[in-house]
Amino acid sequence: MKTIILRTASTYLLPLLLLFSVFILLRGHYLPGGGFIGGLIASIAFILHGSANGQENTKTLLRIHPGFLMPVGLTVAFFSGIAGMVLEGKEFMTGIWFKDPLPVIGMIGTPLFFDIGVYLVVVGVTLTIIMTISESS
Amino acid sequence: MEILLAVITGLLYGAGVYMILRRSLVKLIIGLILLGNGANILIFLVGRIVKGKPPIIPEDSSTILDTYADPVPQALILTAIVISFGLQAFAIVLIKRAYKVVKTDDLDQMNTTDEYA
Amino acid sequence: MIAHFLLYPLLFQFALAIVLMFFWRDTRIQRRLSVAGSGIALLLAGFLFAQVWQFGTVTFQAGGWQAPFGITLVVDMLSATLVLLTCLLGLAISIFSSASIISERAKFGYFPIYHLLLMGLIGAFITGDIFNLYVWFEVIIISSFVLLTIGGEKPQIESAVKYFTLNILASVIFLTAIAVLYGLTGTLNMADLSVKIAASENKGLINITALIFFVGFGIKSAVFPLYFWLPSSYHTPPAAVSAIFGGLLTKVGVYAMIRVFTLIFIRDEFIDNLLMTVAVLTILSGGFGALVQNNIQKVFSYLIICHIGFMIAGLSMHSELALTGAIFYMIHDIVVKGNLFLVGGMIYKIKGSNSMKELGGFYGSYPKLSILMLIPLFSLIGIPPLSGFWPKISLLQAGFEDNYYVLIGFILLGSFLTLFVVAKMWTNVFWKASTGIPRKPNFKYFGDLKFKDKLNMVLPIAILALVSLYIGFFAEHVQLLSERIAFELSNTSGYIEAVLGKIPPVNP
Repeated sequence: MKTIILRTASTYLLPLLLLFSVFILLRGHYLPGGGFIGGLIASIAFILHGSANGQENTKTLLRIHPGFLMPVGLTVAFFSGIAGMVLEGKEFMTGIWFKDPLPVIGMIGTPLFFDIGVYLVVVGVTLTIIMTISESS
Repeated sequence: MEILLAVITGLLYGAGVYMILRRSLVKLIIGLILLGNGANILIFLVGRIVKGKPPIIPEDSSTILDTYADPVPQALILTAIVISFGLQAFAIVLIKRAYKVVKTDDLDQMNTTDEYA
Repeated sequence: MIAHFLLYPLLFQFALAIVLMFFWRDTRIQRRLSVAGSGIALLLAGFLFAQVWQFGTVTFQAGGWQAPFGITLVVDMLSATLVLLTCLLGLAISIFSSASIISERAKFGYFPIYHLLLMGLIGAFITGDIFNLYVWFEVIIISSFVLLTIGGEKPQIESAVKYFTLNILASVIFLTAIAVLYGLTGTLNMADLSVKIAASENKGLINITALIFFVGFGIKSAVFPLYFWLPSSYHTPPAAVSAIFGGLLTKVGVYAMIRVFTLIFIRDEFIDNLLMTVAVLTILSGGFGALVQNNIQKVFSYLIICHIGFMIAGLSMHSELALTGAIFYMIHDIVVKGNLFLVGGMIYKIKGSNSMKELGGFYGSYPKLSILMLIPLFSLIGIPPLSGFWPKISLLQAGFEDNYYVLIGFILLGSFLTLFVVAKMWTNVFWKASTGIPRKPNFKYFGDLKFKDKLNMVLPIAILALVSLYIGFFAEHVQLLSERIAFELSNTSGYIEAVLGKIPPVNP
């Protein structure tokens, strides 16, 4: 699928989709969205880029192997789980929040970091699977 | 609405079982996916469908007095969907691999591990 | 005080898996970390066990949400024992894997996934929420798929297709049962379910739900008409993987069945009879299946099925004494079955074959190892001072008390079949003259290994053999433990009060 239309479009679509995925990630706590869907949208962006420009180009664009995102995401999720336990002596997975909301982003707390962890894991897993399938065919 | 969902659930389960009983590997996976979706809709159905009543406490009171939609089934379905996403991704990689290694997608020919050896 | 210590084994395995993932390529560090981490996990589990033994059931509300609304984790005596056994077997198999898993396999993430599997097992044992149990089951099966397929040989892939299909089917059936149960009661907390189901009037639908649960867990624990996936898949992966599968994976199904049928559902005659029929047929089909097989690992696979039948028989008799027997049998079986698969892997590593026809003369060439291997084999049969003997006393006594003579007959027949199978294996593998197996070209034989690796393969077998000797010679300790577990299981009010506080009045 090396059409010029798709290739041109994908260079513009990649940043747009990534931005949209971050938007979905951030609104996830109270509104539809969240880490899982955001991660899927982000991986769709890379998959689209890969199918238009070839997987090799996407890999060089990513710089790191997507599989590396899995342990990173899991670490973020793990620490967001034990944060309430360690910092405030509450139960495991209790959410703790900063008092004041930040502009644009909104309230910041451990659930947001958990979502970021999920986001990274989903991107890592999806891209690894898709790349494995498309490489071997 | 309930009747429609009940019929859909039945259809999905029926179609899933039918597909699982086919000999093709791809149809087997499709059958499992259909069954999983049937189970999800079943959870949604038995969790009582309430229309247009979100389970959110209004600002001027401390409890919900009216009937409200139960949020738990949706959380369960979401979890089940995410899990089945992972399983299906694995399944697709597996059948691709199986097709390459065994060189057939006929389940009746994948019986070397059952043979007496 | 918040009882955080009940989370430590679970969180530790998770953290260990993450750390191992960061060393994805470096399998040498992974091996060392895995063994060291499993040792620490065993200590944590031992601490949890000691706490529960001393102070009784501990509970934990995730995120601080009150009991019937949030996810509750409950560790009673049964859970604590199983977590301890999981970590024990986890350590032994981790040591065995560090020597026997070749780097080509370890490079695809064997060790991280192995610890995720252990995490899933611990989670399934400590959860007090039925949907959470489903989630842990999925964690277990996803990790086990990966462990089963790493390496990608033809028999592995073929067996993975069967294992995969049946396990996903079981999950869907389990999910369906949860859906119906939630529709009936509007709760997912097991203690709350117990209270609500006791008060419910819709007995017909509850019994049907119980049956759906039985089918779902039945596939996982490989009972009579649903076991065919097990013998066609458990012998294909490396021995370390077979050992963790054979030792623990089917037992999770049995655990779930015991939990659900003692805590949630009220047993009536129909369910008891069904369980009993299934137990008898499971014992028969497993025993006769083992009789005709030639591959050692396949024989052990069929023996798993046979002995699952014993546990279901204990559950079906519906008395505290019978439950004691079933729990004791489970404790014994986890240690011994895990060890037997390691023994099978060891034989394969030494001789390059698992076929009883080809093997032979093992005792002549390795007398000391043979004596070591004799311990799990004879424990399995239950030759009196060894571990398999004691639970059967409780089972038989319970059967005599309630006049289940047919069931007793079949339990004895099952033991006899096991004896026959093991005797046949002993003569074929250890005593018979070897026919001479052609040496495989690209295979690392046991003799070619370094001394450290040899030791790491013998050590776990020795540890587990020692544990099964302990269970045999100090049976009164384990009997005491099993009696306490059976008491807790039969009198559910302790569990319910630990979760919900005082038992709330129910409006039907």
